[in-house]
Amino acid sequence: MVTREGVLGEREHAEARPLTLAGVLVPGALVGLMALAFVVAMIRYADGIGAISNLNDAYGWGLWISFDLLCGVALAAGAFVTATAVYIFGVERFRPILRPAILTGFLGYLMVVVALLVDLGRPERIWYLIIHWNVNSVMFEVGWCVMLYTAVLAFEFSPMLWQRLNLQRARRTIEKFVIPLVILGTTLSTLHQSSLGSLFTIAPDQLNKLWYTPLLPLMFWLTAVAVGPAMVILESTISSKVFKRGLETDLVGALAKVIPVALFVYLGVKIGELVATSELGLAFKGDLEGNLFLAETIGGVIAPMVLFSLPAVRRSSGLLLASALLVIGGVVMNRFDVSLVGLARPDGVGYFPSWMEFVVTLGIIAGGVMAFGLAARNLPLFGEHAHGEA
Amino acid sequence: MSFAMLFDATKCTACRGCQVACKQWNDLPGEVTKHTGSYTHPAQLSADTWLLIEFHEIQNGDEFTWGFRRKACMHCVEPACASACPVGALKKTNEGPVVYNEDRCIGCRYCMLACPFDVPTFTWDRGLMEGAVIRKCKFCVDRLGSGLDPACAKTCPPGALKFGERDELIAEAEARIQAEPAKYVPHVYGKEEAGGTSILYLSHVPFQELGLPTLGNQPVQQRSEQIMEKATPTVALGMLLGLGGLYWVVKRRNQMAAKKATTAGHRDKEGS
Repeated sequence: MVTREGVLGEREHAEARPLTLAGVLVPGALVGLMALAFVVAMIRYADGIGAISNLNDAYGWGLWISFDLLCGVALAAGAFVTATAVYIFGVERFRPILRPAILTGFLGYLMVVVALLVDLGRPERIWYLIIHWNVNSVMFEVGWCVMLYTAVLAFEFSPMLWQRLNLQRARRTIEKFVIPLVILGTTLSTLHQSSLGSLFTIAPDQLNKLWYTPLLPLMFWLTAVAVGPAMVILESTISSKVFKRGLETDLVGALAKVIPVALFVYLGVKIGELVATSELGLAFKGDLEGNLFLAETIGGVIAPMVLFSLPAVRRSSGLLLASALLVIGGVVMNRFDVSLVGLARPDGVGYFPSWMEFVVTLGIIAGGVMAFGLAARNLPLFGEHAHGEA
Repeated sequence: MSFAMLFDATKCTACRGCQVACKQWNDLPGEVTKHTGSYTHPAQLSADTWLLIEFHEIQNGDEFTWGFRRKACMHCVEPACASACPVGALKKTNEGPVVYNEDRCIGCRYCMLACPFDVPTFTWDRGLMEGAVIRKCKFCVDRLGSGLDPACAKTCPPGALKFGERDELIAEAEARIQAEPAKYVPHVYGKEEAGGTSILYLSHVPFQELGLPTLGNQPVQQRSEQIMEKATPTVALGMLLGLGGLYWVVKRRNQMAAKKATTAGHRDKEGS
């Protein structure tokens, strides 16, 4: 936990902050990780992906796709869930948590793009998606959703910047279009979250039947809707500690009501599907896949579904956080299970990420945390001055 | 008119002549490998090995049999890789070969996941300057264009690999089964599998024993193409209209509530 200045008013910013040990160590560690990741990325650009990773022809995708891309996008879902609640459903009281949620989503998507620039074999051609189209390809949809939704998030985020820079005209112009932007953003998010699941419908024979379903896009979307508020809870809890603000427990508790609904539908479809296809027995075979499925479903779906249904949990900041972590853990497990563990491979080939793969992932996370910290100190992210607009 | 190849596992002697011919024609370097305990060598397809003879040791009761399989791109009639490629770098040609355009590839490696036969490989050792690419058998399109047979089929000493027209090869394969029903598994692998392939197999042992996957007769991309054709546009349009409508309804309801509140003469904390 970072301890910072004592009793400074909310509006006093970085200038007046006295140095503390944590205040030096934490940013230092973040910058160190980023620098290390940068060096590793340079080795990759010089000598190829094989030079820094354990990826191989049987495991064409590894840690970066499973975590940075699939988990990254899912964990950025707080932005679209919160924006939809505030702007479309008109739940005005969620407005105080809107800006941090949008910033988290925007940074999350930027992190995805950076990871893609390491993982893609020809990163300099990422823009080819714009000129070469194959509309049969789910990856085509994924690529376009990344591009367009990152742009939408940039617009949704920009009023904080314009407000800080005192560019009132730019701010008002964006705000005029905020409703169409949010509608577009929610649509793109839905398409993107679901299309990441659709990617794996092309491997019906390779993907373990515990996870393969023609409804994979729906499953990915439902889990994204559940993990969005969970991420808002996590992010609000951390920033309330780091930036010494009160936690809006009532607000995040109210937003958390979405979670059990999404998880319930997910569980119903999942179990119903496994019963209908008579594949439920796979869960109790006692093998790795079966045990992972049970852990994911019981720990990451059923447990938080019950917990978030209890008003007592939604009123307690500690229980809210614990339950949110269960949802997040469940979604992370699910993405790894679908994209890495659950896919059958040729005999005799294995994969475990190399330390340099972890360095890239950690470096990107460090960059995101650093950017959030800088934004939180320098942009009107929290408090009453964030009211009344996007 | 579409070209194909028929591989008859009962005739293959595993001399690896095809494997060498492939390397020679395509100018592929040898690989430094490790002994794995299997005669299959190298152990896997790679960017430098596009064709591999797999040695399967098959135990049937007290009987021991070899099962040799030519592993390379199957040149599917409806290739999953081509469906998966976001930029259309992989294409099925009318003549049969599935060809790859390296000038388009962005290196996302989705084709490697999509292929039900685990065929496409990647140049893991290439940095930005060399430019990483996907590699796989290209059915010797550069030979076909000059009227030559593919290098592997041209080489095969025991005549286990035959190049020809797909329909004719299927007819021939079925004729072989009929002529010697005791010798063959009564099925031509690749005639229907995954929507049909341009590499066809005859075998004396079950095809799974040769390492060929058990697949349905529909292309594996059937579901994902349905999603792209129907679900995606429907969801996109539905969401845009639905969210727009929802916004309007919620706003209108709030306005009405506010109006009602003011006309009723008491103030409400509506719309803070």
